[in-house]
Amino acid sequence: MSKENGQEYIIQVRNLKKHFPIRKGILLREAGAVKAVDGVSFDIKRGETIGLVGESGCGKSTTGRTILQLLAPTEGEVLFEGQEITSLGSSNLRRVRRNMQMIFQDPYASLNPRMTVGKIVGEPLEIHSIGSAASRAERIRELLEIVGLAPHMINRYPHQFSGGQRQRIGIARALATNPSFIVADEPISALDVSIQAQVVNLLDDLKQEYGLTYLFIAHDLSMVRYISDRVAVMYLGKIVELGDCDEVYEHSLHPYTQALISAIPVPDPESTFVANRVVLKGDVPSPANPPSGCRFHPRCRFTTEICENEEPEFRNLGTTLQAHYVACHHAEDFL
Amino acid sequence: MSLSPTTPSAAPSVTTGNNLLKTLRKLFSTPTSALGTSIVIVFVLLAIFGPLIAPYGMNEQFYDALRQPPSRSHWFGTDHLGRDVFSRVVLGARDILLLAGLGTLLAVLAGAFFGLISGYFGGMFDEGVMRFFDSLLAMPALLLALLLLGTFGPSRNSVLIVIIIVYTPIVARVVRSVVLGVKHKGFVESARLRNESLGYILGREILPSVLPALTVEAALRFSYAIFLVASLGFLGVGVQPPNPDWGLMVNEARPHVSTTPWALTFPAAAIAILVIGVNLMADGLKRALQGAD
Repeated sequence: MSKENGQEYIIQVRNLKKHFPIRKGILLREAGAVKAVDGVSFDIKRGETIGLVGESGCGKSTTGRTILQLLAPTEGEVLFEGQEITSLGSSNLRRVRRNMQMIFQDPYASLNPRMTVGKIVGEPLEIHSIGSAASRAERIRELLEIVGLAPHMINRYPHQFSGGQRQRIGIARALATNPSFIVADEPISALDVSIQAQVVNLLDDLKQEYGLTYLFIAHDLSMVRYISDRVAVMYLGKIVELGDCDEVYEHSLHPYTQALISAIPVPDPESTFVANRVVLKGDVPSPANPPSGCRFHPRCRFTTEICENEEPEFRNLGTTLQAHYVACHHAEDFL
Repeated sequence: MSLSPTTPSAAPSVTTGNNLLKTLRKLFSTPTSALGTSIVIVFVLLAIFGPLIAPYGMNEQFYDALRQPPSRSHWFGTDHLGRDVFSRVVLGARDILLLAGLGTLLAVLAGAFFGLISGYFGGMFDEGVMRFFDSLLAMPALLLALLLLGTFGPSRNSVLIVIIIVYTPIVARVVRSVVLGVKHKGFVESARLRNESLGYILGREILPSVLPALTVEAALRFSYAIFLVASLGFLGVGVQPPNPDWGLMVNEARPHVSTTPWALTFPAAAIAILVIGVNLMADGLKRALQGAD
């Protein structure tokens, strides 16, 4: 598992920014930028699952894609096993990418409809020239078995599978090169609830068996709590709270996290005393023109003057051993 | 890659050959597309075996049988120069199919190339290529063709170049629009995540999704190309006499329409039937290929 010189952190993200330019006019002059990810820093320990949650459009997926270098970051660094990868050349990047994979949100769009399952799962082996043709065929069958599909389905096309099965194929493809780090971009949000649990359990089993590290992007808070060791909450391109899962869920220090958690449905609302149900007012502001100071201040219940003018620092209010980062001027009040 | 054939597969292993057969079967499943496809096949056979079928040479003149109406010895009659119209129509098939076919093929290749690159990269490059193509599209095809032929001088090669220039932008647009819909899908991102080469991403991941639309567009362009070749021949700026080009034949027979209407009718009918046939086939292809997804 920790063969690479005992690095504790598999991924280190330093002040990552991804801005998408807004172009206007026939000359495509840059008229501003959508700040999808605007200064995000966090580390992922080897073997842990870190959940990344937030509303639609807050930059979760962009963060995942920028870490994997699918999108070139505007600013900031990404270190994979201690190596800076944002400036790597194509051939070096290819070597690194054997170890980083992604599971996509939409299992209907992530598999090429005109390729057989065998071909889809085998593609990564081919590009990285792993093994001979015969050993690849063997590996493909093995991968299908690992994700719970029958090996004889190898010659079928994606449209012959259900959504859950397709997601399993996507997982098999991600596992093909034996990666150590996987970004799961809302891997279950397109699936039926009954299938969601199966896929999440599969991911969990695979993690135990192959020592994987996940960045699990989702908006389903209870699912994230179930699978993650730590959780990061994103709002408008920034991480507002980051800490151990239970800590964040039980003692959230950011008003936004509190609102999210209070919105988790409970099995029996009538018998459960629902205290402090926080209903957020308004919509998420445009990431092209984020509010001054704390980005959450127009929607926050606790807004004071400082919130409007000063951007809160992302600081540790936990212990060194059990860090709990939060970006809120009034976080101490919630301790 | 070769997957072991011993796999006990319950699913039908679909191959390209099977797909072709399936498409053909679908083409013959509705009467209209069956008719269209049959027409095209007959004309292609005529083009290939024309010299064996035609009873006389294309410029063989019968001075004792000028302006003959259709008869047993001259099925479509003879024109004002005593040439056998049937032979000329049969022998003319090769020229028009080759010119239109080759021109379409090259336009489709060029259009697919520009469409793929332009759609995939986007940005300024896309903008530049597409605006240039738009400017070509802004002119009516025939006008553009006349302009180009005026520059190059009338010849077979010029007609070919005209077809390519006139139809590449249209094909490129169609391909580009499909690429735009596909390039952000997970399987393309997954290929990029593996550091696949550009050629692989465009050729193996994206192109297969483009093929159905491209095939249908190619068939449509083919029918327009036939029409364009015939029109240019008719206007006298395409294939030159004494070649048996259908458009040219119509033009040559025009002053004599009162005495030899058959010399005008049969080549004109050949153009019409072939164009209709190709169109019906294109329609059938559209149903067969695009209904599949």
